[in-house]
Amino acid sequence: MAELAVGRERKPGSGFSQGLRRFAENRAALAGLIVLLLIALMGFIGPLVYPVNPFAIVATPMAPPGDGAPLGADYLGRDVLAGILAGARVSLFIGISATFCTAIIGTVTGSIAGYYGGKADTILMRITEFFQVLPPLLLSMVLVTLFSPSVLTVILSIGLVNWIGTARIVRAEFLRIKGEGYVLAERAMGAKNGRIIFRVILPSALPSLIVVTTLQIGIAILFAAALSFLGLTDPNVMTWGLMIGQSRPFIWQTWWAVTFPGIAIFMTVLSVSLIGDGLNEALNPRLRPR
Amino acid sequence: MAVVKLVLARLAQGVLLVFAVVVLNFLLIHLAPGDPAQVLAGEFGGTTPQILAQIRATYGLNHPLWVQLLTYIGHVARGNLGQSFYFNQPVLSLILQRLPATLLLVITAQVSAILAGTMLGVIAARRPHGWLSQGITVTALIGYSTPVFWLGIMLLIAFAYLWPIFPIGSMETIGFEGGIFHEALNILHHLVLPAFTLAFVYLAQYSRLSQANMLETLGSDYIRMARAKGLPEWLILYKHALRNALIPVVTIAGLQFSQVLAGAILVETVFDWPGMGQLTYESILRRDYPLLLGILLISAVVVVVVNILTDLSYRLIDPRIGAGSVTGVGYGT
Repeated sequence: MAELAVGRERKPGSGFSQGLRRFAENRAALAGLIVLLLIALMGFIGPLVYPVNPFAIVATPMAPPGDGAPLGADYLGRDVLAGILAGARVSLFIGISATFCTAIIGTVTGSIAGYYGGKADTILMRITEFFQVLPPLLLSMVLVTLFSPSVLTVILSIGLVNWIGTARIVRAEFLRIKGEGYVLAERAMGAKNGRIIFRVILPSALPSLIVVTTLQIGIAILFAAALSFLGLTDPNVMTWGLMIGQSRPFIWQTWWAVTFPGIAIFMTVLSVSLIGDGLNEALNPRLRPR
Repeated sequence: MAVVKLVLARLAQGVLLVFAVVVLNFLLIHLAPGDPAQVLAGEFGGTTPQILAQIRATYGLNHPLWVQLLTYIGHVARGNLGQSFYFNQPVLSLILQRLPATLLLVITAQVSAILAGTMLGVIAARRPHGWLSQGITVTALIGYSTPVFWLGIMLLIAFAYLWPIFPIGSMETIGFEGGIFHEALNILHHLVLPAFTLAFVYLAQYSRLSQANMLETLGSDYIRMARAKGLPEWLILYKHALRNALIPVVTIAGLQFSQVLAGAILVETVFDWPGMGQLTYESILRRDYPLLLGILLISAVVVVVVNILTDLSYRLIDPRIGAGSVTGVGYGT
């Protein structure tokens, strides 16, 4: 009986729904998912429930938490809670859009390098070395400074400097999968390269791609926070990093104006990392760390 | 001789990479919106037509693009990274003045993270499910998710304001007088918080890595051999196994060095540490493009040099990488 149960549990086929079940059993990952959903909810519904303009001066400057504003006011008298609510939406939007760029660039370059090998692979290796030498955050600062800060330049600059990780994972997956029997069978049946890449190998590489993409969202959010902390952001869009950066000269007077936005960044990135780790364990059981 | 060969091979590779960064800088100057001369002048106000004309002449901006590229490369090769109009100084000397402070910060942070991280990992490896091991895993996750600039601010509030045991910033007490020993102590006192901030992210990561490697090493034949010989446990742990556990940590530390350097920009900004990072912040603030691009280039040079040093340091740690192996471990996939 016991053998039967084990056999049923390891039933191949619907690997994805199995992965989902494993994910749901992972308490840390589930907690991450719930926190992230709450942050998203906060970003989208928060401003309706708490309709305060994050740029408006609504309280006494430097008012402590509770005194006119639930989480206090910054040095100008702007509501910290309103800023955090407004920042949630922007953070998630920038994080996800930038990661979308990295996923596309990384998947295309990684699959070409992994599938064709040879020159394409060498070029990817050289670019990898190039990015190991060039601090990605610094390059993204340079790009945003040169092309003037806006939400779009922030997204593109983060996307352009962070795709190497994705490309390398996809490349490794392609190298692993392209020698498998079912790929060879497709090729023997005369399938074109495009079909093999997109219809045969890429679906098998999807679990790893999903994991690395999730973790990239966290990195992108941290990058965006660092850029806006340095003032490299659209000054008319409230972000968590901008709040911290602007209140930095006043940390002795208004600790709340820097602490709470930082906690928001931390919680968001932490929940994304927990989800990423959970997905990794659920979708790639073989790669589970010892 | 093999070492010389290795250094030369790495140096050649490094020169190529730095050359690529020079070309990238050139492309950025031309791709940026607006007149390249204006970009080279920086957006700091008061650029007169004379200055712009002078820049056009210096960089041959009226010539075809490839001539401009060669001119630009020629200038950089001679150490001319342009003029910072805000600081009214050549970019290169400005960066070189600030570089030592950054190196002090980054190297202190990395060396302490590597040493402390490996130590913790080795201790934790004795009990893979103990509290220390779990604490390291949680700390690694926290360190990974914390914005480094925010961590710095929190530490400032905690240890320079609420419990003021450390100074609030900068590198030395203003007007500090004393012997060289006291001066060093003064700098060290200022270094603690920024170095810890920068090390925190990597500390737990390195302990995880060395713990995993240590567990593997402790099961290997030569450790069993050492045990069979009856060597004391501490000698086995700290001499034989630790040496081995250090290698992957140093590899990762070398590969991550460019990230650490970028982190230093944020940490220096928070702690008013007078290094290259603070200079970066100022160049962003003033839209001082030649300075910013110069920092990008010099950062790449620093990373290349550190990578070569990392490669060489394997030889000190790992007796197995002897003469003859030019490939090393650092690069590749």
